[in-house]
Amino acid sequence: MSRLKTRFDELAKAGRKALIPFITAGDPNPEFTVPMMHAMVEAGADVIELGVPFSDPMADGPVIQRASERALEQHTGLRKVLSLAAEFRKTDQNTPVVLMGYLNPIEIMGYEDFANAAQRAEIDGVLTVDLPPEEAEECVALLKARDIDQIFLLAPNSPVERIKKMDAVGSGYLYYVSVKGVTGAGHLDTLDVERKLAEIKQYTDLPVGVGFGVKDAETAKTIANLADGVVVGSAFISKIEANLDNPEQAKIEIIDLIKSMRQAMDS
Amino acid sequence: MYNMPDERGHFGPYGGIFVAETLMPAITELNEAYQRYMKDPEFIAELDADLQHYVGRPSPLYHAERWSRELGGAQIYLKREDLNHTGAHKVNNTIGQALLAKRMGKTRIIAETGAGQHGVATATVAARLGLECVVYMGAVDVERQKQNVYRMNLLGAKVVPVHSGSSTLKDALNEAMRDWVTNIDDTFYIIGTVAGPHPYPAMVRDFQTIIGREAKQQCQTQTGQLPDALVACVGGGSNAIGLFHPFIDDEAVKIYGVEAAGDGIETGRHSAPLCAGRPGVLHGNRTYLMADDDGEIIETHSISAGLDYPGVGPEHSWLKDIGRVEYVNITDDEAMGGFYALTKLEGIIPALESSHALAYAMKLAPTMAKDKIIIVNLSGRGDKDMHTIRIREGVEL
Repeated sequence: MSRLKTRFDELAKAGRKALIPFITAGDPNPEFTVPMMHAMVEAGADVIELGVPFSDPMADGPVIQRASERALEQHTGLRKVLSLAAEFRKTDQNTPVVLMGYLNPIEIMGYEDFANAAQRAEIDGVLTVDLPPEEAEECVALLKARDIDQIFLLAPNSPVERIKKMDAVGSGYLYYVSVKGVTGAGHLDTLDVERKLAEIKQYTDLPVGVGFGVKDAETAKTIANLADGVVVGSAFISKIEANLDNPEQAKIEIIDLIKSMRQAMDS
Repeated sequence: MYNMPDERGHFGPYGGIFVAETLMPAITELNEAYQRYMKDPEFIAELDADLQHYVGRPSPLYHAERWSRELGGAQIYLKREDLNHTGAHKVNNTIGQALLAKRMGKTRIIAETGAGQHGVATATVAARLGLECVVYMGAVDVERQKQNVYRMNLLGAKVVPVHSGSSTLKDALNEAMRDWVTNIDDTFYIIGTVAGPHPYPAMVRDFQTIIGREAKQQCQTQTGQLPDALVACVGGGSNAIGLFHPFIDDEAVKIYGVEAAGDGIETGRHSAPLCAGRPGVLHGNRTYLMADDDGEIIETHSISAGLDYPGVGPEHSWLKDIGRVEYVNITDDEAMGGFYALTKLEGIIPALESSHALAYAMKLAPTMAKDKIIIVNLSGRGDKDMHTIRIREGVEL
């Protein structure tokens, strides 16, 4: 059984929701990433989404765009990200790690080579923003054969057929993008999210995580009441960006924010 | 008979739809509208009337006699897309997409632009149809194409400089995608080339094939035969596919697509994904790209902003693989040779993009007999490049 399934089953049993932080690997430097991942787990993260930097992050807002640029300046490409994930896994056998990024690095590596490398790095899930299920058959099959989940996105304007399709091809969890827009965009509308999640839940038994626009403990709590997981990215990366001359300070602030979110979600 | 793409927008392994989920409903809606209106006689009649009376079509097929004589080989005919309203082939497509936007009830138009030609052509049709227009342009391009920025502003468009990544065309495309995903309900994205997710590569091609359809007929009327060769420059590849497509089944016609070799392929400073790149996925489709071993997109270089793009339309990737089109490349310096030749011998100042095609024709013509015919797509006029050329020549005004 995949680590993601195990983790979501445990959480459901305990009546808790998943806190899923996202950071871009290699931002502000590759040495920062693995200790940060461990610290996030310690502070209450259940799953980690590790961003694979890409030169052309079309679905990302300015905060994550700049994180990608910083990471690429430090030569953190897909191979390096895989090695960071493997390093994390050496001392944490339980926390699922999901690679999140764009298709081209995987295309250039080759699907099969990538699937093998992801398996060696003990990656649990892969979320590729620009790979809709229609084009994903080959990639999904290769990952599935290695017990790696492919996570798909749903959007506020996704019709019922798309929800059914994602349920059929996806595994691990579904990622609901709470706003029409890019990462870190304006604030989400709770009522809209509630309505759409109710619709999504009619057609899938997969856990649903909600992301885009979760910035603080209060929003995290609100979303946790509606969904199975809360995904937070830009809010953490803003801390890195605000402390580029002092990454340790960024780490402290990120941990504080995770703890406050965890506390709010569990209360 | 050549009949591409398939229903899901695939040209063999290339093309397809590789976008974020929020865009899927908009792309489905666009595809349905495109399929429906391209068969609607009323839509086609309106498009044809606009192409005739607003754009000024048909554009002439001009026999460059003096230049051909000078080169001493095949007869060169120029398809004069430079004479279109706004000065390039781009308007053939923006007229078509804007009419489509109007029928779909969209009130806001966005576009990306490199040299500014597509931006101007989009701002032009938006002004005419009374649609709000926002054009994304790399900050570097805003600087080197100031005059086109001013033109777009005059036409009522808002030009947004893009500072991310390399601040050029690819980044403008990224930003336009981000705008589209945010304003998906009322916004129509007019892509300027035969790239992007399906149906854009097929749709833009269909709007641009007017070039090749006219050229075929004109060549037969004027010379009594089909051409022996076609030559066009390839950035994203819309002017090229527009000329090539109606000739694909005419196997005797040799077809050459000319990429920008910049400082030379061997220097790595070029924009030639078909000649020196590899297949990958960018901006919604699978195609040849310039990417490093980690799959990151490599910065490109060309003297012409319109060719300065790391990808290429997926149909060109397919035509390369099946060997129907031969893709060659021309350096900045060689392109300047084509530019000066046409300017001085024929009194026509070509765009730097088109100068790449002209420069290749200069190599090709002398290898062919005098009774052979080459059609070169003169995709745009050179007014916009005066600044670049003056700087290169070191001339102060």
